[in-house]
Amino acid sequence: MQEISLNILDVAQNSVTAGAKLITITVDEQLASDSLTVVIADDGCGMSAETVKKVTDPFYTSRTTRKVGLGIPFFKMSAEMTGGSFDISSEVGRGTRVTARYVLDSIDRMPLGDINGTIQALITCNPSLDFVYLRRVDDREFTLDTRSMREILGDIPFDRPEVTGVVTDFLSENEQEVSGGASNS
Amino acid sequence: MKSLEELKKIRDSMQNKVNIREGKDSDIRVLVGMATCGIAAGAKPVLKAVTDEVARRGLLNVKITQTGCIGICQYEPVVEVLVPGQEKVTYVKMTADKMIRVVNDHLVNGKVVDEYTIGSVSK
Repeated sequence: MQEISLNILDVAQNSVTAGAKLITITVDEQLASDSLTVVIADDGCGMSAETVKKVTDPFYTSRTTRKVGLGIPFFKMSAEMTGGSFDISSEVGRGTRVTARYVLDSIDRMPLGDINGTIQALITCNPSLDFVYLRRVDDREFTLDTRSMREILGDIPFDRPEVTGVVTDFLSENEQEVSGGASNS
Repeated sequence: MKSLEELKKIRDSMQNKVNIREGKDSDIRVLVGMATCGIAAGAKPVLKAVTDEVARRGLLNVKITQTGCIGICQYEPVVEVLVPGQEKVTYVKMTADKMIRVVNDHLVNGKVVDEYTIGSVSK
């Protein structure tokens, strides 16, 4: 994984598998505190405290096709190698919240990468799920909420090219505005 | 700050087209492996290529979905194509360019791109 956005894409898939209806992704860059915080929260099936302890172990997985589970360990490592931190909180039946905090100017911090592509891929590939994407840089922020898109669009599917076009423009123009065109990431 | 107001225009223009197409059993399904192994190997550009090309050609009978790891991580990015009534085709070590060819040859013209399939790569 060479980008934080790829880790986000990967870990958000866990929320999809967990049967989530709503997945909230926050990417928050704060220059003052030299931090980049990523939060992926879902309302899926959740995990027991015991399982939460095991998921950061690369040799643990709930899957049966293979014996390793590297998504969460990669994400954790990417944050911790910058001197940041990583946390998972989960409750069975309520959902899971994964938080990765990176030290923004650490030389070991991988670039955020194509975060808009990640959000777009998640939305188009999971048309029946809702996503909230909150992007913040210092005190500037924007939100994409598929629930309000659904309100406008009714039964017009999200994977229609006309719709994806609007989402692409929305993400890239707002990203430009909050990161001032020259993102630190 | 840009808003989603433009979606209203799309809605209004599309409501005139009497029925929005529902998924059918005759649809072609394209499954892109998007587990950790797939993403690390470059599945995201492949997914983007197939989504863009299918949209560009207006192929309304193609449904693109992501799938997890099917256990052949060394062959990722893996793309499976399911045409109803035909055997499943598994393409391996895919790239965006290869994907565009698969859309053109296989999805549009019904001709499997043999050289990208798991059968010829693993020999």
